[in-house]
Amino acid sequence: MMDADAGYVTEDGRQIGGVLMEMKNITLRFGGVVAIKDISFDIREGEIRAIIGPNGAGKSSMLNIISGFYTPSEGAVWYKGAPRPAMRPYEVARMGVARTFQNIALFEGMTVLDNVMTGRLTHMNAGIASQALWWGKARDEEVANREKVEEIIDFLEIQAIRKTPVGRLPYGLKKRVELARALAAEPSILLLDEPMAGMNVEEKEDMSRFILDVNDEFGTTIALIEHDMGVVMDLSDRVVVMDYGKKIGDGTPDEVRNNQDVIDAYLGVQH
Amino acid sequence: MVNTQASAGALESFPALLARNAQLYSGKPANREKEFGIWQTWSWAEAAVEIEKLALGLINLGIQPGDHIAIIGRNRPYLYWSMVAAQAAGAVPVPLYQDANAEEMAYVLDHCGARFVIAGDQEQVDKVIEVQETLHQFEHMIYLDPRGMRKYDHTRLHEYSHVQEQGYAARDELTPELNRRRDALNYDSTCVMLYTSGTTGKPKGVVLSNRNMIETAKNSSEFDHLRAGDEVLAYLPMAWVGDFIFSIGQAYWTGFCVNCPESPETMMADLREIGPSYYFAPPRIFETQLTQTMIRMEDAGKTKKWLFDHFMAHARKVGPAILDGKSVGMMDRLKYAMGEFLVYGPLKNMLGFGQVRVGYTAGEAIGPEIFDFYRALGINLKQLYGQTEASVFITQQPDGEVRSDTVGVPSPGVEVRIADSGEVFYRSPGTFVEYYKNPESTRDTKDAEGWVATGDAGFFEPSTGHLRIIDRAKDVGQMADGSLFAPKYVENKLKFFPNILEAVVFGAGKDRCTAFINIDLTAVGNWAERNNIAYASYQELAGHPQVLETIQKHVEEVNRSVAQDEMLSGCQIHRFLVLHKELDADDGELTRTRKVRRKIIAEKFDDLVGALYDGSPTIYTETEVTYEDGRKGKIRATLELRDAAVAPVAHQRVAAE
Repeated sequence: MMDADAGYVTEDGRQIGGVLMEMKNITLRFGGVVAIKDISFDIREGEIRAIIGPNGAGKSSMLNIISGFYTPSEGAVWYKGAPRPAMRPYEVARMGVARTFQNIALFEGMTVLDNVMTGRLTHMNAGIASQALWWGKARDEEVANREKVEEIIDFLEIQAIRKTPVGRLPYGLKKRVELARALAAEPSILLLDEPMAGMNVEEKEDMSRFILDVNDEFGTTIALIEHDMGVVMDLSDRVVVMDYGKKIGDGTPDEVRNNQDVIDAYLGVQH
Repeated sequence: MVNTQASAGALESFPALLARNAQLYSGKPANREKEFGIWQTWSWAEAAVEIEKLALGLINLGIQPGDHIAIIGRNRPYLYWSMVAAQAAGAVPVPLYQDANAEEMAYVLDHCGARFVIAGDQEQVDKVIEVQETLHQFEHMIYLDPRGMRKYDHTRLHEYSHVQEQGYAARDELTPELNRRRDALNYDSTCVMLYTSGTTGKPKGVVLSNRNMIETAKNSSEFDHLRAGDEVLAYLPMAWVGDFIFSIGQAYWTGFCVNCPESPETMMADLREIGPSYYFAPPRIFETQLTQTMIRMEDAGKTKKWLFDHFMAHARKVGPAILDGKSVGMMDRLKYAMGEFLVYGPLKNMLGFGQVRVGYTAGEAIGPEIFDFYRALGINLKQLYGQTEASVFITQQPDGEVRSDTVGVPSPGVEVRIADSGEVFYRSPGTFVEYYKNPESTRDTKDAEGWVATGDAGFFEPSTGHLRIIDRAKDVGQMADGSLFAPKYVENKLKFFPNILEAVVFGAGKDRCTAFINIDLTAVGNWAERNNIAYASYQELAGHPQVLETIQKHVEEVNRSVAQDEMLSGCQIHRFLVLHKELDADDGELTRTRKVRRKIIAEKFDDLVGALYDGSPTIYTETEVTYEDGRKGKIRATLELRDAAVAPVAHQRVAAE
């Protein structure tokens, strides 16, 4: 079922697999506004794929298509070798797609632990009765899920805030908790919407390290949108550049950096 | 598979004590560590198995008797086992400070010639890799936490659990060799080598024998009636002699349980969950906890605040007396019992001291207010005086004879004498063997009869027989007019104010004393918040006029107190400044155990010292700082120098003559 293409080897020696998800000629319209125009690119197994572009380029819309929140007006998303039908977001989540949000969407009144636990929702299927009585399947499930959640808490080094309500945490930590929740779903593809936005240098360094560690340790495929060029160029294996809803570049960070269209889009060009 | 040849008569090494404990306390907990949110427990029998496997693994990797194994990482059961496994394999464990930078680490690794390193995680592995080119003897590194390590070249790098598995797989071939090495251990074998932080010069490797450690552990355990069933929290650096004595020495001797926190950040929460019955902390930790308690009480409701203030006043009045077993009136006792129910009990629980039977503090002087606060709550907090060369214990306070300004009576088996110069000397079964590869220093410190110079000046109080330490002997000097100069005495008085974190007093050979002050960012920051004073950085807060005003008041209060002391009244502070940066071990200004490096500070800030004596009102300065990742930067500041009022001396020298 996987693409026959065997993938490639990155500069630092990681083996990247076949195509996991492919956007085929995606167009997205809101009434008369064309947000995305005929874009195609692929995301391969095990790679860190960045989508960049100036404000309003359509990056977030693209991410929303990948996550199943928007259905493309034209074109199709191929996932694991087959076209993905129009789905509700939770169905997409069950297929192994998890995401974080640009402006943190956590439950502020709940503890970090409970928030991360909600990420396990797709892995719970005990019935109401069992849940209410806290007996049998519900209990076994909770123990198994808690174990997984604790592994992630350990991995992201947030043990000290395990029982702290999220509302009391600083911004940088909230971002990390959101990453933890997304990881809790054990996704095969992780979407990060501006994971570094609003962070200071130290927080960015931490976050970058965690993103690399997640990719390295769990082999999770990561697609991210980010404004900080330094971060994007350091982290990602391949970069898609968008401008005004169109794809203007695609390739390794070096290729993209030297692409004239990309330079024009970022620095402006005289008409 | 556990070594079964433990004969009760020959408990002359830690592997032998382990074998005894594995039989005697087989099912009782030996180690706990919080991981994945749950306390994981290993019984003595299980710990023995883990250690046996690792020892076999080390032999399998080719470790030889007498080799040094450096151990670097935070407190974890696995690393404590590494020490005993190293001993069982005939090697000498050398625990290192985990916050040491690569350069410091290189010096120690090279000096001890470690062929093996056991590192806690990727951070420590990276540091060793950074310096391994310069180490000719270094061969293998074993790491504990595999996270992030997958892509490393594993030709000389091994995962802890794999070393254990491979050792276990080869047990049939290797066990006879392990038994042979283990049986060869006796009281004279080296137990551990610890590097002293060294307030001056390069660190020295202190060689301690099994006799030193086991005798000391035995004596000190009996002194405080420690027993199997006690609980301790191991959170102080593993490279520090105290941690070795508590977490291995006394633990193996008495069979109590050593608990390791989940991470350094969760230490306080873990402390509360464990509720240790035997606890050690440097004064700094008690100070921080008290500051935090007070800050939180400020935010409490009126009723709670009133209750707290009311009962704390009563506790201060009768608490220490009740703890010392002195006679206290019936009504006072009743009120204290009520306070225990309403305030002290819950507070102790909050602080994690609910179960403490014996608590110790040492390393620095503790403020009398801080000390009395904890004693008033009914926590049996005591002081001890010791050093690495003595396997910790020189003097300690017996139950019921506890005061904040003495360090107690000589520990069991320890002889203490005061030289004519005022320097304290001791001789004990814990006295170290030698400084590694440094016979010269060994001779300077330890004489032929085994007396060791502590480098501290002190005296025995005639009335109680308790030892009082004044200062480092070499820091005690004379001022220009010949009067006694003891900087630490004054610094400690300054540091007892919560607003002052660190102080350095100058004045040897001068006509008057001056001081550098470091403010405490927690306390002063909290004050600033309450008074709507905005600040962007430590530097800005440290230079705030109102902060300077407060510090000046503190300095003047200290002057009044110093003036009371006949011998040291010349040490009043005439001028001071508040430093623009926190003194930091990374910049070499403090030792890793956070002691002030006087000489280095005086050299580094010589412009500031000069300004303190030439009368200029302000001074512009630039200082190089080292960031945590090793990069260097500069901070610039213009500092204000202030004069402090000096109190008249109580008894004029002239009048006494």
